[in-house]
Amino acid sequence: MLKNQTLKVLIIVAVLLIFLFGIFGIPQSFTPSGLLTALQQRIHLGLDLKGGTHLILQVQVNDAINADSDRAVERMKDDLKTRNVAYAEILKPDPQQHPEVIVVNGVTPESISEFRNYVSDRLQDYDLASGANNSFTLTMKPSIVKDTQTKAQQQAIETIRNRIDQLGVSEPVIQEHGLGDYQILVQLPGVDDPARVKDIMQSTAMLEIRQAIGGPYGSEQEAMQANGGLLPANAVLMKGKNIGASGQSSQDSYWVISRASAVSGGDLRTADAGRDENGRPDVKFTLTGEGGKRFAAFTGSHVGERLAVVLDNKVMEVATIQEQIHDEGRITGAFTEQQTQDLSLTLRSGALPAGIKYLEERTVGPSLGADSIRAGVRAAIFGMVAVMVFMLVYYKFAGINADLGLLLNLIILLGFLGFTSATLTLPGIAGVILTIGMGVDSNVLIFERIREELRHGKTPPQAVDQGFKHALTTIIDTHVTTIVSAIILFLFGTGPVRGFAVTLSFGLFANLFTAVFVSRVIFDWVLSRHQRGEALSI
Amino acid sequence: MEFFRNSNIDFLGKKWYFLAFSLIFSVAGLLSIFFWHGIPFGVDFKGGTLVYVKFASTPDLNQIRSAMDRAGLKDPKIQSYGEAGNNEVLVALEQKQTSESALDQGKNTIIKALEANTTQPAGKLDLNNTGPSSLQQYLLSKDPLHLGGIDASQKYLVLAQQIDDFRNKQRGGVLGSVDDLKGVAPAEVVAAMQQDFYVSNFAVRNVEIVGPQVGGQLRKQALWATLYSLGGMLVYLWFRFELIYGVGAVVACFHDTIITIGFFSLLNKDITLTVIAAILTLIGYSMNDTIVVYDRIRENIKLLRRDNLADIVNKSINQTLSRTILTSGLTFLTVLSLYVFGGEVLRGFSLALVIGILIGTYSSIAVAAPMLVAYQEWRAKKTGRAALPAASAPREKAKAKA
Repeated sequence: MLKNQTLKVLIIVAVLLIFLFGIFGIPQSFTPSGLLTALQQRIHLGLDLKGGTHLILQVQVNDAINADSDRAVERMKDDLKTRNVAYAEILKPDPQQHPEVIVVNGVTPESISEFRNYVSDRLQDYDLASGANNSFTLTMKPSIVKDTQTKAQQQAIETIRNRIDQLGVSEPVIQEHGLGDYQILVQLPGVDDPARVKDIMQSTAMLEIRQAIGGPYGSEQEAMQANGGLLPANAVLMKGKNIGASGQSSQDSYWVISRASAVSGGDLRTADAGRDENGRPDVKFTLTGEGGKRFAAFTGSHVGERLAVVLDNKVMEVATIQEQIHDEGRITGAFTEQQTQDLSLTLRSGALPAGIKYLEERTVGPSLGADSIRAGVRAAIFGMVAVMVFMLVYYKFAGINADLGLLLNLIILLGFLGFTSATLTLPGIAGVILTIGMGVDSNVLIFERIREELRHGKTPPQAVDQGFKHALTTIIDTHVTTIVSAIILFLFGTGPVRGFAVTLSFGLFANLFTAVFVSRVIFDWVLSRHQRGEALSI
Repeated sequence: MEFFRNSNIDFLGKKWYFLAFSLIFSVAGLLSIFFWHGIPFGVDFKGGTLVYVKFASTPDLNQIRSAMDRAGLKDPKIQSYGEAGNNEVLVALEQKQTSESALDQGKNTIIKALEANTTQPAGKLDLNNTGPSSLQQYLLSKDPLHLGGIDASQKYLVLAQQIDDFRNKQRGGVLGSVDDLKGVAPAEVVAAMQQDFYVSNFAVRNVEIVGPQVGGQLRKQALWATLYSLGGMLVYLWFRFELIYGVGAVVACFHDTIITIGFFSLLNKDITLTVIAAILTLIGYSMNDTIVVYDRIRENIKLLRRDNLADIVNKSINQTLSRTILTSGLTFLTVLSLYVFGGEVLRGFSLALVIGILIGTYSSIAVAAPMLVAYQEWRAKKTGRAALPAASAPREKAKAKA
């Protein structure tokens, strides 16, 4: 019996030490300020307490589907030509709502079987359906659509993470947001003017080098006129980015640019901000081996013609190809130094596969966070002291038991937070305060039951034994029910609801340990030192 | 010390009073929800723009309102926030003026309007609304310490953060003049900043912008999370007791939730995400309370097989009364301290809990327990059979043997 008791005490001391380690780690010094720094390193505070920016953005996954089906259209046009399949037109009827649908109209009757063969052979990602007048509808397979969308979101998360890492924000959170719909949650501690970060995150940074066929023209009409009202089949009209360093746009320019790109952002190896020979800020880039080969082939066969550096579908620069270029290039233009730095950063981090849209923005100033911590801690301490004093008055010696349990409960809870690096948010602090309330409940249940048993004439050891036994069923039922609901809240909730569920479930587990186990050990210890017939102080 | 020793109150005899009380509060709340204030969702759920601004001195709300009017903002809600000495004002825009295509437009307009409201020296930056990264950029470009070298960026970042910390932690976010920085930053830096900065009379403390899409999704999600968690608890109680116990507990929780939301509607207080967290808490709490009573009923049914259910329920409530009052009292104490000391941010949360703890305690005695008796009487009438033990709990017996 006594040995058993020693073992239990050892378990309690071990738990205490383990969770103290969870809270403080191994502190540098044991002075109050040393402990405070250790505490701040271990316990992660949420944005609402520490200050910073919280953004929810949505990946426009239809962009990625559109890019895929655009590529399919281009490929189909080339391939059908080589296979001598005649048709009237290929188009995408509704790129906004149904980017996955391609329609081919007016395939000549004699080409139909060849067309069908081609699609089933080369466009396996699409389902083919025939309509009236020899028209055909190609629809991207739902599994492929889903896959493309998920990949676009994953890639967007990666890209945004790269960009934010390069900005030097400490401990950012970039993850899928729990609400679905391709939303991403971005939390940036300590950033309280998010405008620049938002711009950097949002720029798709789709860099391409394409052939410049004609331009510049002063307006769209002028460009059309110069080409006889009809653009070449393999070309598009693009606006030239001609924005002055001070921000105001000078004259617009328009260019006729090839549809296909010689190299694109994925072929970039590095990009660095620098200055050109005239001291103007520019961005120099080098290409990967594969991209370099293609670029060399392209420039080699187009010497004397012009190439265009296109960023996000805007022409940044047009230059004449003097000689074959292998793997280097640069983008100049009227940039400020800040702009070239941001541009090289976004280029290095890769292109976003699709545009993004901001759905939510919250900024908590650090002074507000500090106020909230102060208020929350003050409320917690006040509530706890009031409860502890009451327990002492109401239950006398047993009150010490309950109070020790409460303190241990708090240590375990904070230790859990330290170990799991879960973040402590404002609703989380509220969850802690609530745990204090529920911890007291378990003690009250047990103590009231012991008193009841004593009134029925049981001896103190019997009463303690029966009291714990009867109260246990109730405590298990209440705790399991609440843990069930906390887990469900964690699974289906987001943000504050989650933070609350985390501290609540940790607190409930800690409660079970302190109220059922620790409290019993203390009672047994007290009883073992009791004289026979001595009353229990409860 | 002991309260409520051997209490013997006939709770079930007062069931009509309880019913009347519950009905009055739920109906009042429901009337307000359907015909008066509706469910006053906060910006988290319905979308919109909130900007919390701290002023250097007592702000003139009328002046702010006319500044907003001049900026072309329609019907912004402008109210002072927190303790009077804090000089804080909340400016809120409706969801209509917050769209996802230009999410932060409303915020920018509000800040511009406030800036226009103070004397604004041309070409100077507002020190109170410049974050550390912009400040670092400024210092880098001016280089008042002539660092020149490679680590200038790092050094100026540290300095910018020191200035920011001083403003936020020592001065509550608002500086009175650039001179305040003397002693915080080197004299050369202060001198340079006096050239290029001014201080406005306000600082933005907190911004919340929620687009309509996220708001709607959150509303749906909070509702489903709550229903799922109630469902989970019902299943657990069904397994541990009997189905009717689960139903009784869940009905009691619904009762508490409706009354609490009704209170928020009557008082027209915003229901934010943290208030939802509080409502979930009170559901857990009310459930906890109900289970304690049910547990006692289950135990007494086994002990007192001869007594009728109404007597057993009454006895069980009385036996647990001391515990119920104590726990509720203590939890109420912690929640009350949260309400009083927890600051403005937690006020809605703690208000929901203050109401919820009272109602939750009441409902376990006045709603959940009488429902067992009512169900049993209804069943007896329908099947013509006499009183049945409400929770035979065979699993319980099996467990006792094991």
